[in-house]
Amino acid sequence: MNDHLPDNASPAQMILPQMFTDWFASRGWTIHPHQREMLDRKDAPALLLIAPTGGGKTLAGFLPTLVELTDGEHTGLHTLYVSPLKALAADIKRNLRMPVDEMNLPIRIEDRTGDTSYTQKRRQRADPPHILLTTPESLALLTSYEDAPRIFKGVQRVVVDEIHALADSKRGDQLMLALSRLQTIAPDLRRVGLSATVENPQAIARELACHPDPCPILQADPGPAPDIQMLVTDEHPPWTGGGAKYAIPAVLGQVKRHKTTLIFHNTRAQAEIFFHNLWLANDDALPIGIHHGSLDRSQREKVEAAMVAGELKAIVCTGSLDLGIDWGDVDLVIQVGAPKNVKRLVQRIGRANHRYNAPSKALLVPANRFEVVECVAALEAVRAYDLDGEPKGPGPRDVLCQHILITACAGPFDVDALYQEVITVGAFAQLSRAEFDACFDFCATGGYALRAYDKWKRLLQRPDGQWQLRDPRAAQRIRMNIGTIKDTETLKVKLKGNFKALGEVEEAFAATLTPGDTFLIGGQIVRYDSLKELTVQVTRDASKTPKIATFMGTKFATSTQLQARILRMFQQESWPQLPDHTAEWLQLQRNISKLPEADRVLVESMYFDKRHYTCVYSFAGRNAQQTLGLLLTQRMEELGLHPMGFVATDYATLFWGLDPVTDPATLFDVTAINDGFETWLAGNAVMKKTFRGAATIAMLIERNLPQARKSGRQATFSSDILYDTLSKYDPDHLILQITREEALRGLVDFGRISEMMTRTAGRIDHVTLDRVSPLAAPMLLERGKVTVAGKAAERLLEDAAALLMENAGLSQLPQ
Amino acid sequence: MLAKTARTRHLSTMNAHVFSFNEHTMHAEPTGALWLPELRVLVVSDLHFGKSDRIARRTGTLIPPYENLETLNRLDADITRLDPKTVICLGDSFDDLDGVEAFDNTNRTTLTRLQAGRKWVWIEGNHDPGPVNLGGTQVAEYSVGSVAFRHIASDAVPEVSGHYHPKHGIAGKGRQKPCFIYDRSRLILPAYGAYTGGLSATHANLRGLFDARAIAVLTGPRAIALPLTAPKLSSAKLGR
Repeated sequence: MNDHLPDNASPAQMILPQMFTDWFASRGWTIHPHQREMLDRKDAPALLLIAPTGGGKTLAGFLPTLVELTDGEHTGLHTLYVSPLKALAADIKRNLRMPVDEMNLPIRIEDRTGDTSYTQKRRQRADPPHILLTTPESLALLTSYEDAPRIFKGVQRVVVDEIHALADSKRGDQLMLALSRLQTIAPDLRRVGLSATVENPQAIARELACHPDPCPILQADPGPAPDIQMLVTDEHPPWTGGGAKYAIPAVLGQVKRHKTTLIFHNTRAQAEIFFHNLWLANDDALPIGIHHGSLDRSQREKVEAAMVAGELKAIVCTGSLDLGIDWGDVDLVIQVGAPKNVKRLVQRIGRANHRYNAPSKALLVPANRFEVVECVAALEAVRAYDLDGEPKGPGPRDVLCQHILITACAGPFDVDALYQEVITVGAFAQLSRAEFDACFDFCATGGYALRAYDKWKRLLQRPDGQWQLRDPRAAQRIRMNIGTIKDTETLKVKLKGNFKALGEVEEAFAATLTPGDTFLIGGQIVRYDSLKELTVQVTRDASKTPKIATFMGTKFATSTQLQARILRMFQQESWPQLPDHTAEWLQLQRNISKLPEADRVLVESMYFDKRHYTCVYSFAGRNAQQTLGLLLTQRMEELGLHPMGFVATDYATLFWGLDPVTDPATLFDVTAINDGFETWLAGNAVMKKTFRGAATIAMLIERNLPQARKSGRQATFSSDILYDTLSKYDPDHLILQITREEALRGLVDFGRISEMMTRTAGRIDHVTLDRVSPLAAPMLLERGKVTVAGKAAERLLEDAAALLMENAGLSQLPQ
Repeated sequence: MLAKTARTRHLSTMNAHVFSFNEHTMHAEPTGALWLPELRVLVVSDLHFGKSDRIARRTGTLIPPYENLETLNRLDADITRLDPKTVICLGDSFDDLDGVEAFDNTNRTTLTRLQAGRKWVWIEGNHDPGPVNLGGTQVAEYSVGSVAFRHIASDAVPEVSGHYHPKHGIAGKGRQKPCFIYDRSRLILPAYGAYTGGLSATHANLRGLFDARAIAVLTGPRAIALPLTAPKLSSAKLGR
């Protein structure tokens, strides 16, 4: 605990009741300066607190509420607490109970999430607690009820915890739209945001503010700099791959020497593989658990409980443990794989301990040789306090469409008033009336150009000018589909004869399984038997290595800022900060070929094993390099170079084919790439995937049906059909516009290709080699190679079908 | 019986799967239509006109109301290419009887043009068990020689039916596609309508209707035949 002594006559001292001062004293605490200032400024309409983990951030947010509720005068809801995670709401409830119970305060605290029982939820609406802890989705649902004005009438304050985690996503936009609704119902509502260290607090403050009013920022003492190192191992990291298996003995050694270790991974699949390998080497049987989003809830809760009880030495985890849950005595954070993003790294490290003013301790474990460079660059960025962040676009219109429908559920509304309310949300402040009207028209009529729904509109105008749902029963369906969290179609995995699921896998992954295939889930190897209805049936398998390693492909792209740092590092004369094995590798690349530069594209042409290879180093991040791969293979096809495939990493794309690329400048013809992009984009799977997301959020299609899917799936049809139909007959439809904008920013990441083209402005260094260059060599071993398909895919299907016919003896049947 | 010259004049494309079913030559077209070249009969099943209107009416969800246009365009292409004497719609042509009113004037004009100069048979389905009042003949069943054409498979074989919207594919070779399934006595057509989902051909309800040597024909750029019950094959042989 720190020993900040309060100044003797601060105003906070004056408004902090004696019982609170006594309570702090009884625990041997003194109030932190930022906690005191939050009390001083309790009447600010909006206030953003930036404080490091362990800085008593949550108490700082709640202290004014606790003080205001001390006299027992307030009836009904006083403070809403919104957090990105259900688990966080439950955790905060535990932590808040302590001061409330110990001071015997007359305050009722309850949480309300997707897990809360139906009866409890009903009771909460009839008789709300003083403090309600909830999530953006549950709050949006609450605002959709007819009695929302009654529930929220007296609410005084909303505390948005971990607001930095929400601000980057559509969940944050949905939350801010809900707050604009609440502000109308309760004009005195004050907004408090609690955030971890971020690169651009002003951006978050702008989102939290009730536009155009300001939102001041309160910056707490950031505490001592974290102690971060790269883990030094006897064994060298491999050339490629993401498992970091080589580091297992060293990691186990660290786990032994610390009290509790969190071992973070970038993907669930990597977490599973690492966990599996860790246990194979865990000769001392140290209690180590695993926690990630694909695991069944009961399994995750078991691990969480064991963690809180201090029964675990380590937890292998992913971003699902990223947020400010108090896991007790964590004294070491290990990040396996390059962190890809400095901001996320700093926040993860913040998890290491919840002791204010003690430096957090963290180790980075590069999974391969290139990640050594990335890790060192990230360490330098952390030391320079150089956090990264991509600017956020304007408020997403699919979320706005959903908000309009939620508003309609609550009862008749005035469309002009709704527009005025929406533009108080920072992200939508610039939204024009025409854009709003397009969203409204979509909600009311579908917004189709060629054919209108005459009789069956969704919203109807009443004689008094207000709008309402045509069929009030539609409200139930809308409520069931509230939310903006991407819905990857997942299937439950169950052991044969077991009722409880082991976890979930993506439908696309399940489709690739053949009976007998083995894969990892929840730390155990299972064998795929069959797909029964919507469940993957498996049995335990005794083998040591799974046949199929991956089931979840979430891969972050390295941030622009970190890439720039890596490129700067390449220009050093020597690399004293890198381990010898990596420095020598870079030196070899410099001798044989060149090291890539920031303002130029390096293209290497190489001949190896009867194939012509072309490696394009353009440092645009994985998604953009992947897109570039698809675009350039199309370009190569046009130029008659017979490309056969490519593989993309964060820094380069490697192509192979039958003919050499002799003039790379022709490949990078901006006009040709842009033209190719247009045609390529329309039929792209990424577009269909993005469309599915936007259409679901805008409620063009339903995620949840009132009755669970039962007999087969005859009644439902794929959203791809709707995408194809809309593209054909109504290419300018609102949802297609949203899809396009989003794909360009997201998975397609065309923005970073444009950025790269501008940055390098046609300056291409072309190096021809008779061998594979040191920097390109690891890429030959990369997973995730893309074969140039075109008509080949259909051809492969035909061949396979013919083989099956022949095998079944059916091809000789008289036909 | 038709003259042989007719057959040569109205060849379906190279991409169809040609087979014989109870003494009729049949073409499983890649579009999902069935073509009987000797009799110049075109059969389509489960058009589900009016689907978007029905969804809007029942749920409030306003999906793109273009399925009538798209389905008619497909039908137009097949009819123009093959010039059938008879068109049989194998039931569930309308998503429900109220869906007939979603058929706007443009749709009606197109349909009238397609019906002109040929026999048009609407077979009743479980979604549209009544008169549709859009030209053509309305019947519960229709026969061509010994073969019965009805909406839902029954015990009275040989028969051609629809209803199930079968889909099939090879694991690891892309998504499932709408498909035909046939054995010696039964033939089930894929759904032809634009907005139709499907039931996996290996689902017990479907598989139980066929013998062990049944064949599925996938629709797509080309009609692709494969056994309904896949024999065990090593994945290496399948090029995975």
